[in-house]
Amino acid sequence: MLSLGTGGGKASKASFVSYVTPEEIKSEKEPPKKNKHPELLPGEVVFCSANPILKFTQDDQSQRGVFGTLLCTNFRVAFVSDEEEDAAQHFKNRLYGEHDIPLMCVDSIYGGYDDKKKLITSGLVKNKSPNKMIIHCKDLRVFQFCLTFTKEEDARKIFQGIVHHCLEPKSLKCVFAFSYSNIPNPERWATTTFDSAEDWNQEMKRTRGWCKIVTGNENFELSQRLPQVFIVPKAVSEEDYAKFQGLGLPIWCWSHHTGCALFKASSVPMLQEDTVAQAYMERMLNDVAQNHLYSVKTEDLSETLPSIQEIQLAYTKFKQFFLIDNTTDFWMSDVKWFSSLENSGWLDIIRQYLQKAVEVVECLEAENTNVLIMEEDGTDLCCVISSLVQLMLDPYFRTLPGFQSLVQKEWVAGGHNFQDRCNHLHHKDKEQCQSPVFLLFLECVWQLLQQHGPGFQFSETYLTVLSDSVHVPVFSTFLFSSACQRVSSIRADSPQTQRGALSCPAVWDWSVQFDRKAQDFFINPLYAEKPVKVVKKSHRPKHQRQLSLPASAFKTPSKKSFFKEETDSLKKMLRLRRISRWMLSPDSPQPSTREFYEAWLRKPLDYHGLLLPCLSGPAIRLWVQRYLRWLPEVQVFGGGAMAVISRLSELLAQVQELKQQLEWKGHRQETNHRGVPAHLQPAVRHSSVFPFASSRNWSFRPVIPTNVFQSLLVPDSLADQDDEYTEVVSLV
Amino acid sequence: GATEQSTVPNSPPPPTVPRPPKYPPHCSLRVKSRGHISLCAPCAGLCITMTFTSLMFGACRSCTVYFYETFFFMKKMSFFFACKYLAKDVTYICPFIGALRGTLTVTNYRLFFKCMDRDQSLALDIPLGVVSRVEKIGGTSSRGEVSYGVVCKDMRNLQFAHRQPDDTLKKSIFEVLMKYAYPISNSLAFFAYDYEQIFPENGWKVFDALAESKRQGLPNESWRISKVNDHYELCDSYPSTLVVPVTIPDEDLRRIAAFRAKGRIPVLSWIHPETQATVVRCSQPMVGVNSKRCKEDEKLLQAIMDANAQSHKLFIFDARPSVNATANKMKGGGYESEDAYQNAELVFLDIHNIHVMRESLRKLKEVVYPNIEESHWLSNLESTHWLEHIKVILAGALRIADKVESGKTSVVVHCSDGWDRTAQLTSLAMLMLDSHYRTIRGFEVLVEKEWVSFGHRFQMRIGHGDKNHTDADRSPVFLQFIDCVWQMIRQFPTAFEFNEYFLITILDHLYSCLFGTFMCNSEQQRLKEVSKTLSLWSYINSQLEEFTNPFYVNYSSHVLFPVVSMRHLELWVGYYIRWNPRMRPQEPVHQRYKELLAKRSELQKRVEELRREVANKAASLTSERAGSPTRSITPVQTFV
Repeated sequence: MLSLGTGGGKASKASFVSYVTPEEIKSEKEPPKKNKHPELLPGEVVFCSANPILKFTQDDQSQRGVFGTLLCTNFRVAFVSDEEEDAAQHFKNRLYGEHDIPLMCVDSIYGGYDDKKKLITSGLVKNKSPNKMIIHCKDLRVFQFCLTFTKEEDARKIFQGIVHHCLEPKSLKCVFAFSYSNIPNPERWATTTFDSAEDWNQEMKRTRGWCKIVTGNENFELSQRLPQVFIVPKAVSEEDYAKFQGLGLPIWCWSHHTGCALFKASSVPMLQEDTVAQAYMERMLNDVAQNHLYSVKTEDLSETLPSIQEIQLAYTKFKQFFLIDNTTDFWMSDVKWFSSLENSGWLDIIRQYLQKAVEVVECLEAENTNVLIMEEDGTDLCCVISSLVQLMLDPYFRTLPGFQSLVQKEWVAGGHNFQDRCNHLHHKDKEQCQSPVFLLFLECVWQLLQQHGPGFQFSETYLTVLSDSVHVPVFSTFLFSSACQRVSSIRADSPQTQRGALSCPAVWDWSVQFDRKAQDFFINPLYAEKPVKVVKKSHRPKHQRQLSLPASAFKTPSKKSFFKEETDSLKKMLRLRRISRWMLSPDSPQPSTREFYEAWLRKPLDYHGLLLPCLSGPAIRLWVQRYLRWLPEVQVFGGGAMAVISRLSELLAQVQELKQQLEWKGHRQETNHRGVPAHLQPAVRHSSVFPFASSRNWSFRPVIPTNVFQSLLVPDSLADQDDEYTEVVSLV
Repeated sequence: GATEQSTVPNSPPPPTVPRPPKYPPHCSLRVKSRGHISLCAPCAGLCITMTFTSLMFGACRSCTVYFYETFFFMKKMSFFFACKYLAKDVTYICPFIGALRGTLTVTNYRLFFKCMDRDQSLALDIPLGVVSRVEKIGGTSSRGEVSYGVVCKDMRNLQFAHRQPDDTLKKSIFEVLMKYAYPISNSLAFFAYDYEQIFPENGWKVFDALAESKRQGLPNESWRISKVNDHYELCDSYPSTLVVPVTIPDEDLRRIAAFRAKGRIPVLSWIHPETQATVVRCSQPMVGVNSKRCKEDEKLLQAIMDANAQSHKLFIFDARPSVNATANKMKGGGYESEDAYQNAELVFLDIHNIHVMRESLRKLKEVVYPNIEESHWLSNLESTHWLEHIKVILAGALRIADKVESGKTSVVVHCSDGWDRTAQLTSLAMLMLDSHYRTIRGFEVLVEKEWVSFGHRFQMRIGHGDKNHTDADRSPVFLQFIDCVWQMIRQFPTAFEFNEYFLITILDHLYSCLFGTFMCNSEQQRLKEVSKTLSLWSYINSQLEEFTNPFYVNYSSHVLFPVVSMRHLELWVGYYIRWNPRMRPQEPVHQRYKELLAKRSELQKRVEELRREVANKAASLTSERAGSPTRSITPVQTFV
């Protein structure tokens, strides 16, 4: 429920009054008494169901609904309509339909009691069961079910069942992924999983890094915090690996072609007098510095960036703008839309993270310094920053398989605590750990994507779907709290499944969710492919780029690199403070970043080189597709950015077909003209939210804003003036 | 390539205007205005702006010849350059880069600053019409320099510093600027009267009221074309050609003219080709405090309703907020009472007046120029109310379009005088309803018809050539309209034949005073200018390629209903913030599309060639058999 302006509460009241009364609907149509089941997935079990349930449709504004059966299974809350479903859906998810909600995807449940709605927090509903259930989803869908048509006992059961399975704490083994069985498919886009030393070795070769691979943590003997395989600077001695259970150990992320590299570490809790820890950190810093030219910059990200709690707070405010129950609320919130967006702080957090990533990029690209980023756990903010840095610097990560590998490397193998950050298991004590850190990363990627479309092989639809997939409890990718837990879960004998190991797919097996045609939406038709001559994935030293951008173009710090003689001062500085912020350039990094950006801006844009985001106010935008896709009020029929993308895809498909024809070298006269794929039908048929939110019911009636006009407060003196102020000064 | 013979003119050019030389096909010449020729020579890998003295080397032979030709052409043209002032060592204080030294030139058309510093290649080229105000800032500095601020109408302010000439008799270049920037205040002629560029097409012929009526199927059994305003005696701010119901004779129109403010009677702007529902525009009725009535006016509105058999209702859209409409009664104006006008429903659209809009744009300029405060960008933007005004205007037009299209009802639109808000509403509604206006030529017709011919007071609203920059009659009414069009382009990227650059060009020449199109207050006034000036459409239609949207799909008779929620409205960065170098213009989408189009046609050609080859072989092999195999080949599918 939106609580913008003053009338939020009142508006919700009004919306409930406006619904049609049960009698009216009954007289219109007698709900058929049949109990339909959705197609259950292997391993899926129905817990409870109720019929008839009225689901209010959002497609039009008349508050009408569809009758059907509401079910709760161990995977989802499903609604099966009594009416015939229109099968023509372009972007159908194979796991769950458009009226289904995976249990993990439920954000909050509200009970509607006649004229008010109440947030449900636990499975125990003491009073009478509500006559309406409103479900807000993490993918921002809003469902409203009317429970008054079914037997009271059934209504109570289904309501309690859904609340119980969606909100009550549960154990990891109860997650559907442990019951789901799936035959793995060959992946369309080969993704490096970084599970093995070989993957890491390849990655280091690709980036020409020279650090050492540590394989001694195969069974987490060194530390449960550390991944099975990781890479540290060559200079780190073996006894330092597990000195503080892996805390403070610089983990290699990526090497720049000049030799300097990016490392991340969790910070060692340090007291003022803790000389052991201080000495350890000094040693680590020295080891990192030795990686390249004996220079290092380090920063504790938790000191300069919004914390995970702040991220959570901002997002909680932000998402409310899109979880809208009715049209009145929508237009109410439209009045102060921009300031509401700003007040949530979400866009500003995105800007700050991108800004920090640019700072790190500058160190690597312009100053050729090693960078060590740190934070308490080393698996949240560090993951965001290090992946963004790599995305900006390395074109390989901007391809689809490259991006998947990046997520795999930094987030999955890197041990991001998906389980607690998403609070998949609804543990009450984990609520303060909940934070959409991964979503923040995807948001930043989207900002880059919309600014530099041709630089990315994947589309925004891909990012949107990926952000949804986090809450689909089928994939091993986003389920676990650490690499250790993931590995042990997969290895452990599971009594429930009788199959021993967990066999759920990775999210990268997209065919689990989408057919091949739908997967075509993941490809960005704007992507400017690298000329074929260049060996793919190679990250050659770009001397030309270096030449075009002389060092003088950047504001070079006085001390570009450190040499041995100067290490004493480094040590001194370390003793004075814990880890100082950007130690070697104590002056604020902001202005130099600006210059760095502007120097980059002056060069011709190379989509296969460095890409930097513009961070100026209007450049950071709302991810319209993700956030507005379910709101019927903002669907532009026959328009939207998708119209252009469709036209491009159309053309791309034609070019590819022509190429194929040429390859046949005219052996056959009759060319097999396949029809244009369904999604490439002329764009006029689609709405701006395509391919999401099936828009089959749209009528050609515009949405007229209801209360635009009272909003404008203007100085009276001006508003009251006449249009003709003075006498006409004529030309002639 | 062209030969030397072909490029050398055999006969001397006519005495008045020298003819530009012919040029090799791969070179392209564009006269930006007199004095500067932009020459594109791909063989030399450059595109340069030429003045008289500069010559480019390194071009191929035919191009070099052409350069010389152009050079001589320019020499001949120099006769027309009576005034040109040049000042060296002027400092331009750029808010983004910092102080830059260079030369400043003022001609009778433009202000031109060329940076002479190191590697900076900055140049400012500003038509004098854009200059709103020139002012001295502070006193003379220790270095003997005086600062001048130049406030522009196109969302930027410039600051220069310049050493005052020692010779007191010699004028400072900024005094020259002040003189030529305000031809009206200084009794000078606009440069538009001197501008004699030759374009292949005469843009004045783009709009012909009768032809446009004919396109709409007018006159028909219900509507006639009246000549009552042929000599502008009924209403001097209206066009000469008016479309009115057949049942209303000209005498009645004269009486109605007395009842409607400024004589702006209800006349037809647009008629639905199927339902015959119409968009009618007028000014407010002069009902006053005594609720005066006019029998003929009531009859006219009834006739408008009767002309549409589909509906027994008429909607009157008053663009103003109801408070203002009521307040107008005190001054003799007002709105239609529902007692007097049976079956008519009055709706107020709450669009604020020109003063509110002017103030809003002023605030917007403060927010976007020169620097944007990053962390408060959105709330600052909101506080200008600019997008809110855009939303209200679009919402009004949407309601009109909805009534006409979905309700099949005729509508009457007016504000106070019916030349500002009314023009915005009718033209936007027509843009939503009629796909013809979404083509380049159609849009030109729309602007000519709803804005120029119906007397939007361009001269007054922009303040062409007038130094009185605080004039309260100035207001960004037309800018708002173009902004609304841009919002629609963004929402329907494939529905318009023109692109964003087309809109920016229109706005640039709204101020430039290079063309006569936007220089007058009414059709009557402009009639006198037509022979003396050129039309903007001559220029635009001579290089359509630049203004064409490659994604355009002509879905005729497809109505567009934009979403008028703040969620979909956006500040037009490409116009309002275009001077900020940090906002890199983005158009890779168009580029990519054009690349693909080129690739497709290349491949199509190759496929066709192969097919023909195969077909020929097949034909020669099976020549005895009847029926030609080439017939059966399906042509490559093309999608438009």
